[in-house]
Amino acid sequence: MPDPIIDIRGLSLAYGAGESRNVVLESLDLAVARGEVLVIVGESGVGKSTLLRVLMGLSRPSDGRVAIHARPECRTPMAMVFQDARLLPWRRVIDNVAFGLEGSGLTRAARRERARAMLALVGLADLAGRWPHQLSGGQRQRVAIARALAVEPDVLLMDEPFSALDSFTREGLQDELQRITAETGKTVLFVTHDIDEAVTIADRVVVIAGPPGRIAAEVRIDLPRPRPRRDAALQDIARQLRAELSRRSAEL
Amino acid sequence: MRLIRSTALAAAGLLAFLALWEAVPRLGLVNPAFLPPPSTIPPAFLREIELGVWPEAVLSSLSHYVAGLAAGAGAGIALGLVSGMSRGFEAFTAWVVRLLRPIPGLAWVPFAIIWFGVEPSAAVFIIAVGVFWIVFFATQGAVRGVDRDLVEVAQAFGFRGPLQRLVKILLPAATPGILVGLRTALGQAWMAVVAAEIFGVPGVGQRMMQASSLLSTDIVVVYMLTMAGLYGLFDSAFVALQGWLLRWRA
Repeated sequence: MPDPIIDIRGLSLAYGAGESRNVVLESLDLAVARGEVLVIVGESGVGKSTLLRVLMGLSRPSDGRVAIHARPECRTPMAMVFQDARLLPWRRVIDNVAFGLEGSGLTRAARRERARAMLALVGLADLAGRWPHQLSGGQRQRVAIARALAVEPDVLLMDEPFSALDSFTREGLQDELQRITAETGKTVLFVTHDIDEAVTIADRVVVIAGPPGRIAAEVRIDLPRPRPRRDAALQDIARQLRAELSRRSAEL
Repeated sequence: MRLIRSTALAAAGLLAFLALWEAVPRLGLVNPAFLPPPSTIPPAFLREIELGVWPEAVLSSLSHYVAGLAAGAGAGIALGLVSGMSRGFEAFTAWVVRLLRPIPGLAWVPFAIIWFGVEPSAAVFIIAVGVFWIVFFATQGAVRGVDRDLVEVAQAFGFRGPLQRLVKILLPAATPGILVGLRTALGQAWMAVVAAEIFGVPGVGQRMMQASSLLSTDIVVVYMLTMAGLYGLFDSAFVALQGWLLRWRA
């Protein structure tokens, strides 16, 4: 791939040693193109989340190389959206969104202005003064997305961000995410175990099977957006991916 | 309706208590010097005010209270935070804590007098020791109990140093637990005030000892009730402050 924004080569990660050695990821190669929405699917425990944690610097790989080619002026090349929104309950919505901007040299007023713009982008401008406990699950997750976008990252890392939501809210947020990526041109690395979700939002789907986690299949999806949900071509791809996943897990 | 009923019951209970208290010495069941009836308390209170003894004693005790509480709670929070954040520090101090922790605050009286003399600073020291451990353990536990996921959020947004972790996450997240400890300390410090003043530092405790040695038990009761009133005042103010600080909670 020419000029990838993320270039992962031979990445391995293991905990422990000897008998109790637990290999989570094994010599994984993955490149992500600028502006691409890459979705990683796989069953629980194959190291999908671990991969994101390594990129975020929250876990240290045992072997391999991870290169991030962010814009040089980008202070925070990557921002993370977790499965549970993980808002800070003692901060109002607006100050949660402004959280990552503290220490950026912006004044408080400038931080709040940026936060307000991000809240508008996720459609929550009216809730700026609320406390997190006053929000619904879907609203909390939108705030988490706004918080991640506020630091103007080159890459948005999303770790099963919609999996804890009801299906109606989930589909709403999938549409929202597609609109936001179209508007901002962000590169997105999105982890899920929901194949329908994957084929709806992805430019490319990578299947990780394991353990230890390694890439088992890869599908590019060039269908135009917005993609109608029960589209026959999408369902075809989803079926193909499902077959691939069950074949892999049968092998293991 | 239920509120009115429970308020009426509470008032009736208080009245019954006062009536019984009044009746026992009046009927000659107990010597009034041993149990002064409540009707003698307001006149005793007025006498203490006229003499100027009451305001002086109360102000003096309050200054010990505030200074001792601030010193003890301040040290308790500071060391509790360090101990909650650093396993190394906790391990290093584990046996020292075990050694010092069981010593009651009052056991420090001899040293307080030797180190500070019969001076206000001695009372402040006793009070500070009395509240230190409560606040220390409350703070340490609260920091230990902070959700690791939130700490990870700070890391994910680039706040990785211990000071940033403390300011951005640990301190605000631990505030509810620290406040619980502080509220307990608020009551504990009043107990220590009396104890600390009994050995002669001017204040409410000293005045009570003087009065009891003269068998002026009505005056003793005046100060007992004074302390109950002051504690009630502080506790209500603290609860209001706590409610405001924790307004983010559901």
